[in-house]
Amino acid sequence: MREIALEDRVRLTEEQQKSRRRRSIAIAVVLAALVMIFYVITLVRLGPGVTEMPL
Amino acid sequence: MSDAPTMQTAAPGEPLAVTLAEPRDFFNLMKPRVMSLVIFTAMTGMIVAPGHLHPVLAFIGLLAIAVGAGASGVLNMAYEGDIDALMRRTATRPVPSGRVSAVEAQSFGLVLAVFSVMVLGLAVNWLAAALLAFTIFFYAVVYTMWLKRFTAQNIVIGGAAGALPPIIGWAAVTGDVGLYPVLLFLIIFLWTPPHFWALALFVKEDYGRAGVPMLPNVVGDAATRRQIFAYSLVLAPLGVTPFLFGYATPFYGGAAIVLGGLFVWRAVGVLREREADRHHAARALFGYSIVYLFAIFSVLLLDAAVGPSLAHWVASR
Repeated sequence: MREIALEDRVRLTEEQQKSRRRRSIAIAVVLAALVMIFYVITLVRLGPGVTEMPL
Repeated sequence: MSDAPTMQTAAPGEPLAVTLAEPRDFFNLMKPRVMSLVIFTAMTGMIVAPGHLHPVLAFIGLLAIAVGAGASGVLNMAYEGDIDALMRRTATRPVPSGRVSAVEAQSFGLVLAVFSVMVLGLAVNWLAAALLAFTIFFYAVVYTMWLKRFTAQNIVIGGAAGALPPIIGWAAVTGDVGLYPVLLFLIIFLWTPPHFWALALFVKEDYGRAGVPMLPNVVGDAATRRQIFAYSLVLAPLGVTPFLFGYATPFYGGAAIVLGGLFVWRAVGVLREREADRHHAARALFGYSIVYLFAIFSVLLLDAAVGPSLAHWVASR
Protein backbone atom coordinates (compact mmCIF):
# COMPACT_ATOMS: atom_id res chain seq x y z
CA MET A 1 0.00 0.00 0.00
CA ARG A 2 1.26 3.44 -0.89
CA GLU A 3 2.37 5.58 2.02
CA ILE A 4 0.32 8.81 2.06
CA ALA A 5 2.49 11.86 2.40
CA LEU A 6 1.91 13.98 5.49
CA GLU A 7 0.66 16.97 3.52
CA ASP A 8 -1.85 14.74 1.65
CA ARG A 9 -3.48 13.41 4.79
CA VAL A 10 -6.87 14.47 6.03
CA ARG A 11 -6.50 17.64 8.04
CA LEU A 12 -9.38 18.62 10.28
CA THR A 13 -10.03 22.17 11.36
CA GLU A 14 -10.03 22.91 15.07
CA GLU A 15 -13.83 23.07 15.03
CA GLN A 16 -14.08 19.68 13.31
CA GLN A 17 -11.69 18.17 15.84
CA LYS A 18 -13.73 19.57 18.74
CA SER A 19 -17.04 18.26 17.40
CA ARG A 20 -15.45 14.85 16.68
CA ARG A 21 -14.11 14.74 20.24
CA ARG A 22 -17.55 15.55 21.65
CA ARG A 23 -19.14 12.83 19.50
CA SER A 24 -16.51 10.33 20.67
CA ILE A 25 -17.18 11.19 24.31
CA ALA A 26 -20.93 10.79 23.74
CA ILE A 27 -20.38 7.35 22.16
CA ALA A 28 -18.16 6.33 25.10
CA VAL A 29 -20.82 7.44 27.61
CA VAL A 30 -23.56 5.54 25.75
CA LEU A 31 -21.43 2.38 25.54
CA ALA A 32 -20.62 2.60 29.28
CA ALA A 33 -24.33 3.05 30.01
CA LEU A 34 -25.16 -0.02 27.88
CA VAL A 35 -22.61 -2.10 29.80
CA MET A 36 -24.20 -0.97 33.07
CA ILE A 37 -27.70 -1.71 31.77
CA PHE A 38 -26.79 -5.28 30.75
CA TYR A 39 -24.99 -5.77 34.08
CA VAL A 40 -27.99 -4.54 36.08
CA ILE A 41 -30.46 -6.58 33.99
CA THR A 42 -28.39 -9.70 34.68
CA LEU A 43 -28.23 -9.02 38.42
CA VAL A 44 -31.92 -8.22 38.79
CA ARG A 45 -33.20 -11.08 36.62
CA LEU A 46 -30.99 -13.71 38.16
CA GLY A 47 -31.26 -12.24 41.66
CA PRO A 48 -29.18 -13.71 44.47
CA GLY A 49 -28.81 -16.89 42.39
CA VAL A 50 -26.32 -15.10 40.16
CA THR A 51 -23.48 -16.42 42.34
CA GLU A 52 -24.98 -19.90 42.62
CA MET A 53 -25.24 -20.74 38.93
CA PRO A 54 -23.65 -24.07 38.00
CA LEU A 55 -20.53 -23.53 35.93
CA MET B 1 -7.93 3.23 -10.43
CA SER B 2 -6.24 6.21 -8.82
CA ASP B 3 -4.15 5.46 -5.77
CA ALA B 4 -4.95 8.84 -4.24
CA PRO B 5 -6.79 8.75 -0.92
CA THR B 6 -10.47 8.20 -1.76
CA MET B 7 -12.07 8.55 1.63
CA GLN B 8 -12.41 12.32 1.31
CA THR B 9 -12.95 14.44 -1.77
CA ALA B 10 -11.31 17.75 -0.84
CA ALA B 11 -7.98 18.72 -2.34
CA PRO B 12 -4.88 17.77 -0.30
CA GLY B 13 -4.29 20.12 2.56
CA GLU B 14 -7.72 21.77 2.21
CA PRO B 15 -10.30 21.72 5.03
CA LEU B 16 -12.63 18.80 4.44
CA ALA B 17 -16.41 18.55 4.47
CA VAL B 18 -16.26 16.52 7.67
CA THR B 19 -19.41 16.59 9.73
CA LEU B 20 -19.66 19.18 12.47
CA ALA B 21 -22.56 17.35 14.07
CA GLU B 22 -22.70 17.59 17.84
CA PRO B 23 -24.16 14.92 20.14
CA ARG B 24 -27.05 17.38 20.61
CA ASP B 25 -27.90 17.06 16.89
CA PHE B 26 -28.21 13.29 17.19
CA PHE B 27 -30.34 13.71 20.30
CA ASN B 28 -32.60 16.17 18.45
CA LEU B 29 -33.05 13.61 15.67
CA MET B 30 -34.85 11.48 18.27
CA LYS B 31 -37.69 14.05 18.55
CA PRO B 32 -37.32 14.59 22.32
CA ARG B 33 -40.77 16.19 22.72
CA VAL B 34 -42.48 13.20 21.12
CA MET B 35 -40.31 10.94 23.29
CA SER B 36 -41.52 12.70 26.44
CA LEU B 37 -45.13 11.96 25.47
CA VAL B 38 -44.25 8.35 24.71
CA ILE B 39 -42.47 7.96 28.07
CA PHE B 40 -45.47 9.43 29.85
CA THR B 41 -48.12 7.28 28.14
CA ALA B 42 -46.02 4.10 28.36
CA MET B 43 -45.39 4.76 32.05
CA THR B 44 -49.14 5.16 32.56
CA GLY B 45 -49.69 1.80 30.86
CA MET B 46 -47.12 0.25 33.21
CA ILE B 47 -48.52 1.79 36.37
CA VAL B 48 -52.21 1.01 35.77
CA ALA B 49 -51.40 -2.58 34.76
CA PRO B 50 -52.09 -5.27 37.36
CA GLY B 51 -49.02 -7.16 38.50
CA HIS B 52 -45.53 -6.28 39.54
CA LEU B 53 -42.38 -5.39 37.65
CA HIS B 54 -39.08 -4.80 39.44
CA PRO B 55 -38.62 -0.99 39.56
CA VAL B 56 -35.14 -1.20 38.01
CA LEU B 57 -36.43 -3.34 35.12
CA ALA B 58 -39.41 -0.99 34.74
CA PHE B 59 -37.01 1.96 34.47
CA ILE B 60 -34.84 0.16 31.91
CA GLY B 61 -37.97 -0.91 30.02
CA LEU B 62 -39.22 2.66 29.93
CA LEU B 63 -35.82 3.83 28.73
CA ALA B 64 -35.89 1.20 25.96
CA ILE B 65 -39.40 2.27 24.90
CA ALA B 66 -38.24 5.92 24.82
CA VAL B 67 -35.18 5.05 22.73
CA GLY B 68 -37.37 2.93 20.41
CA ALA B 69 -39.64 5.94 19.93
CA GLY B 70 -36.51 8.00 19.33
CA ALA B 71 -35.39 5.48 16.69
CA SER B 72 -38.70 5.99 14.87
CA GLY B 73 -38.13 9.74 14.91
CA VAL B 74 -34.57 9.38 13.62
CA LEU B 75 -35.61 7.06 10.76
CA ASN B 76 -38.46 9.44 9.95
CA MET B 77 -36.09 12.42 9.75
CA ALA B 78 -33.55 10.42 7.73
CA TYR B 79 -36.21 9.77 5.08
CA GLU B 80 -37.89 13.18 5.14
CA GLY B 81 -34.89 15.50 4.77
CA ASP B 82 -36.17 16.68 1.37
CA ILE B 83 -39.61 17.77 2.58
CA ASP B 84 -38.35 18.99 5.97
CA ALA B 85 -36.11 21.44 4.10
CA LEU B 86 -39.17 23.00 2.47
CA MET B 87 -41.11 23.67 5.66
CA ARG B 88 -40.33 26.53 8.08
CA ARG B 89 -41.24 24.37 11.10
CA THR B 90 -38.72 21.65 10.18
CA ALA B 91 -36.06 23.38 8.07
CA THR B 92 -33.63 23.71 10.99
CA ARG B 93 -33.71 19.98 11.82
CA PRO B 94 -30.27 18.28 11.70
CA VAL B 95 -30.75 16.59 8.29
CA PRO B 96 -32.19 19.46 6.19
CA SER B 97 -29.74 21.90 7.77
CA GLY B 98 -26.87 19.61 6.68
CA ARG B 99 -25.41 18.96 10.15
CA VAL B 100 -26.18 15.24 9.88
CA SER B 101 -26.40 13.35 6.58
CA ALA B 102 -29.41 11.17 5.76
CA VAL B 103 -27.16 8.08 5.71
CA GLU B 104 -25.74 8.89 9.16
CA ALA B 105 -29.25 9.43 10.49
CA GLN B 106 -30.45 6.16 8.96
CA SER B 107 -27.57 4.18 10.49
CA PHE B 108 -28.09 5.87 13.86
CA GLY B 109 -31.83 5.10 13.74
CA LEU B 110 -31.31 1.44 12.85
CA VAL B 111 -28.78 0.96 15.66
CA LEU B 112 -31.14 2.58 18.17
CA ALA B 113 -34.04 0.44 16.92
CA VAL B 114 -32.12 -2.84 17.26
CA PHE B 115 -30.72 -2.02 20.70
CA SER B 116 -33.99 -0.68 22.12
CA VAL B 117 -35.93 -3.78 21.06
CA MET B 118 -33.19 -6.11 22.31
CA VAL B 119 -32.88 -4.37 25.70
CA LEU B 120 -36.67 -4.34 26.18
CA GLY B 121 -36.85 -8.05 25.37
CA LEU B 122 -33.99 -8.97 27.70
CA ALA B 123 -35.07 -6.69 30.56
CA VAL B 124 -38.81 -7.20 30.46
CA ASN B 125 -40.41 -9.62 27.99
CA TRP B 126 -40.46 -10.37 24.27
CA LEU B 127 -44.14 -9.46 23.71
CA ALA B 128 -43.38 -5.88 24.75
CA ALA B 129 -40.24 -5.97 22.57
CA ALA B 130 -42.22 -7.27 19.57
CA LEU B 131 -44.81 -4.51 20.04
CA LEU B 132 -42.01 -1.93 20.18
CA ALA B 133 -40.47 -3.35 16.99
CA PHE B 134 -43.88 -3.19 15.31
CA THR B 135 -44.32 0.43 16.46
CA ILE B 136 -40.95 1.44 14.99
CA PHE B 137 -41.75 -0.38 11.72
CA PHE B 138 -45.21 1.17 11.54
CA TYR B 139 -43.94 4.72 12.07
CA ALA B 140 -40.79 4.52 9.97
CA VAL B 141 -42.11 2.42 7.08
CA VAL B 142 -45.94 2.39 7.00
CA TYR B 143 -46.43 6.03 8.02
CA THR B 144 -43.26 7.76 6.80
CA MET B 145 -42.63 5.86 3.58
CA TRP B 146 -46.07 4.63 2.50
CA LEU B 147 -48.71 6.98 3.89
CA LYS B 148 -47.41 10.46 4.53
CA ARG B 149 -46.80 11.54 0.94
CA PHE B 150 -49.68 9.63 -0.64
CA THR B 151 -52.90 10.01 1.35
CA ALA B 152 -54.75 12.65 3.33
CA GLN B 153 -55.52 9.92 5.86
CA ASN B 154 -51.77 9.68 6.64
CA ILE B 155 -51.95 10.74 10.26
CA VAL B 156 -55.21 8.87 10.89
CA ILE B 157 -53.63 5.49 10.12
CA GLY B 158 -50.11 6.52 11.14
CA GLY B 159 -51.45 7.65 14.50
CA ALA B 160 -51.54 3.99 15.53
CA ALA B 161 -47.77 4.11 16.05
CA GLY B 162 -48.02 6.97 18.53
CA ALA B 163 -50.93 5.28 20.29
CA LEU B 164 -49.17 1.98 21.01
CA PRO B 165 -46.89 2.98 23.97
CA PRO B 166 -49.56 2.43 26.69
CA ILE B 167 -50.09 -1.09 25.29
CA ILE B 168 -46.32 -1.70 25.34
CA GLY B 169 -46.13 -0.43 28.93
CA TRP B 170 -49.02 -2.69 29.95
CA ALA B 171 -47.51 -5.69 28.13
CA ALA B 172 -44.19 -5.04 29.88
CA VAL B 173 -45.85 -5.67 33.24
CA THR B 174 -48.49 -8.29 32.44
CA GLY B 175 -47.04 -10.13 29.44
CA ASP B 176 -50.35 -9.76 27.60
CA VAL B 177 -52.73 -7.16 26.17
CA GLY B 178 -56.09 -6.42 27.80
CA LEU B 179 -59.09 -4.19 27.13
CA TYR B 180 -57.88 -1.34 29.34
CA PRO B 181 -54.67 -0.61 27.36
CA VAL B 182 -56.70 -0.91 24.16
CA LEU B 183 -58.97 1.88 25.46
CA LEU B 184 -55.87 3.99 26.16
CA PHE B 185 -54.65 3.18 22.64
CA LEU B 186 -58.00 4.33 21.19
CA ILE B 187 -57.91 7.59 23.15
CA ILE B 188 -54.51 8.53 21.65
CA PHE B 189 -55.49 7.12 18.23
CA LEU B 190 -58.60 9.32 18.01
CA TRP B 191 -56.82 12.29 19.58
CA THR B 192 -54.13 12.30 16.87
CA PRO B 193 -56.21 13.50 13.85
CA PRO B 194 -57.78 16.60 15.48
CA HIS B 195 -54.39 17.42 17.04
CA PHE B 196 -52.49 17.29 13.74
CA TRP B 197 -55.27 18.75 11.60
CA ALA B 198 -55.47 21.77 13.92
CA LEU B 199 -51.75 22.23 13.26
CA ALA B 200 -52.19 21.55 9.54
CA LEU B 201 -54.77 24.36 9.31
CA PHE B 202 -52.26 27.04 10.27
CA VAL B 203 -49.19 25.58 8.52
CA LYS B 204 -51.09 24.60 5.36
CA GLU B 205 -48.78 26.63 3.11
CA ASP B 206 -45.77 24.76 4.49
CA TYR B 207 -47.32 21.37 3.80
CA GLY B 208 -48.46 22.59 0.37
CA ARG B 209 -44.93 23.71 -0.52
CA ALA B 210 -43.57 20.32 0.52
CA GLY B 211 -46.30 18.46 -1.37
CA VAL B 212 -47.57 16.62 1.71
CA PRO B 213 -51.27 15.84 1.25
CA MET B 214 -52.51 16.95 4.66
CA LEU B 215 -56.29 17.14 4.95
CA PRO B 216 -56.64 20.97 4.61
CA ASN B 217 -54.51 20.86 1.44
CA VAL B 218 -56.64 18.10 -0.06
CA VAL B 219 -60.25 18.81 1.00
CA GLY B 220 -59.95 22.42 2.19
CA ASP B 221 -60.26 24.18 5.52
CA ALA B 222 -64.04 23.91 5.95
CA ALA B 223 -64.11 20.12 5.51
CA THR B 224 -61.07 19.77 7.82
CA ARG B 225 -62.85 21.80 10.52
CA ARG B 226 -65.88 19.50 10.24
CA GLN B 227 -63.62 16.44 10.55
CA ILE B 228 -61.91 17.92 13.62
CA PHE B 229 -65.30 18.52 15.21
CA ALA B 230 -66.50 14.99 14.34
CA TYR B 231 -63.38 13.41 15.86
CA SER B 232 -63.72 15.53 19.01
CA LEU B 233 -67.31 14.28 19.41
CA VAL B 234 -66.00 10.70 19.42
CA LEU B 235 -62.90 11.45 21.50
CA ALA B 236 -64.69 13.18 24.39
CA PRO B 237 -66.90 10.20 25.39
CA LEU B 238 -64.10 7.76 24.62
CA GLY B 239 -61.97 9.56 27.19
CA VAL B 240 -64.53 8.60 29.84
CA THR B 241 -64.53 4.86 28.99
CA PRO B 242 -61.82 3.86 31.51
CA PHE B 243 -64.33 4.94 34.18
CA LEU B 244 -67.36 3.44 32.38
CA PHE B 245 -65.62 0.07 32.13
CA GLY B 246 -64.72 0.19 35.81
CA TYR B 247 -60.97 0.66 35.42
CA ALA B 248 -60.95 4.14 36.97
CA THR B 249 -62.87 5.87 39.76
CA PRO B 250 -65.55 8.59 39.39
CA PHE B 251 -62.75 11.07 40.18
CA TYR B 252 -61.20 10.24 36.80
CA GLY B 253 -64.63 10.03 35.13
CA GLY B 254 -65.50 13.58 36.22
CA ALA B 255 -62.14 14.95 35.10
CA ALA B 256 -62.44 13.19 31.71
CA ILE B 257 -65.92 14.66 31.16
CA VAL B 258 -64.64 18.20 31.87
CA LEU B 259 -61.49 17.77 29.76
CA GLY B 260 -63.46 16.19 26.89
CA GLY B 261 -66.11 18.93 27.10
CA LEU B 262 -63.39 21.58 26.79
CA PHE B 263 -61.97 19.71 23.78
CA VAL B 264 -65.38 19.77 22.03
CA TRP B 265 -65.81 23.44 22.96
CA ARG B 266 -62.45 24.27 21.37
CA ALA B 267 -63.39 22.18 18.32
CA VAL B 268 -66.65 24.16 18.01
CA GLY B 269 -64.49 27.30 17.99
CA VAL B 270 -62.51 25.82 15.08
CA LEU B 271 -65.74 24.84 13.30
CA ARG B 272 -67.04 28.42 13.51
CA GLU B 273 -63.76 30.00 12.53
CA ARG B 274 -63.53 31.97 9.29
CA GLU B 275 -60.54 32.70 7.07
CA ALA B 276 -60.18 36.22 8.48
CA ASP B 277 -59.63 34.83 12.00
CA ARG B 278 -56.06 33.78 11.08
CA HIS B 279 -56.57 30.37 12.67
CA HIS B 280 -56.70 31.60 16.26
CA ALA B 281 -59.13 28.84 17.21
CA ALA B 282 -57.04 26.18 15.44
CA ARG B 283 -53.93 27.32 17.33
CA ALA B 284 -55.89 27.28 20.57
CA LEU B 285 -57.17 23.74 19.89
CA PHE B 286 -53.67 22.55 18.96
CA GLY B 287 -52.28 23.88 22.25
CA TYR B 288 -55.21 22.53 24.26
CA SER B 289 -54.98 19.09 22.61
CA ILE B 290 -51.50 18.66 24.10
CA VAL B 291 -52.79 19.75 27.51
CA TYR B 292 -55.74 17.35 27.12
CA LEU B 293 -53.63 14.27 26.53
CA PHE B 294 -51.18 15.08 29.33
CA ALA B 295 -54.08 15.84 31.66
CA ILE B 296 -56.03 12.65 30.83
CA PHE B 297 -52.99 10.46 31.47
CA SER B 298 -51.95 12.48 34.56
CA VAL B 299 -55.40 12.03 36.08
CA LEU B 300 -55.28 8.31 35.22
CA LEU B 301 -51.94 8.05 37.04
CA LEU B 302 -53.24 10.01 40.02
CA ASP B 303 -56.40 7.91 40.02
CA ALA B 304 -54.41 4.68 40.03
CA ALA B 305 -52.36 5.97 42.97
CA VAL B 306 -55.02 7.52 45.20
CA GLY B 307 -58.38 6.94 43.47
CA PRO B 308 -59.39 3.68 45.20
CA SER B 309 -58.55 4.97 48.70
CA LEU B 310 -60.32 8.25 47.91
CA ALA B 311 -63.44 6.39 46.75
CA HIS B 312 -63.29 4.21 49.88
CA TRP B 313 -62.98 7.30 52.09
CA VAL B 314 -65.96 8.97 50.37
CA ALA B 315 -68.06 5.79 50.72
CA SER B 316 -67.28 5.52 54.44
CA ARG B 317 -68.43 9.09 55.21
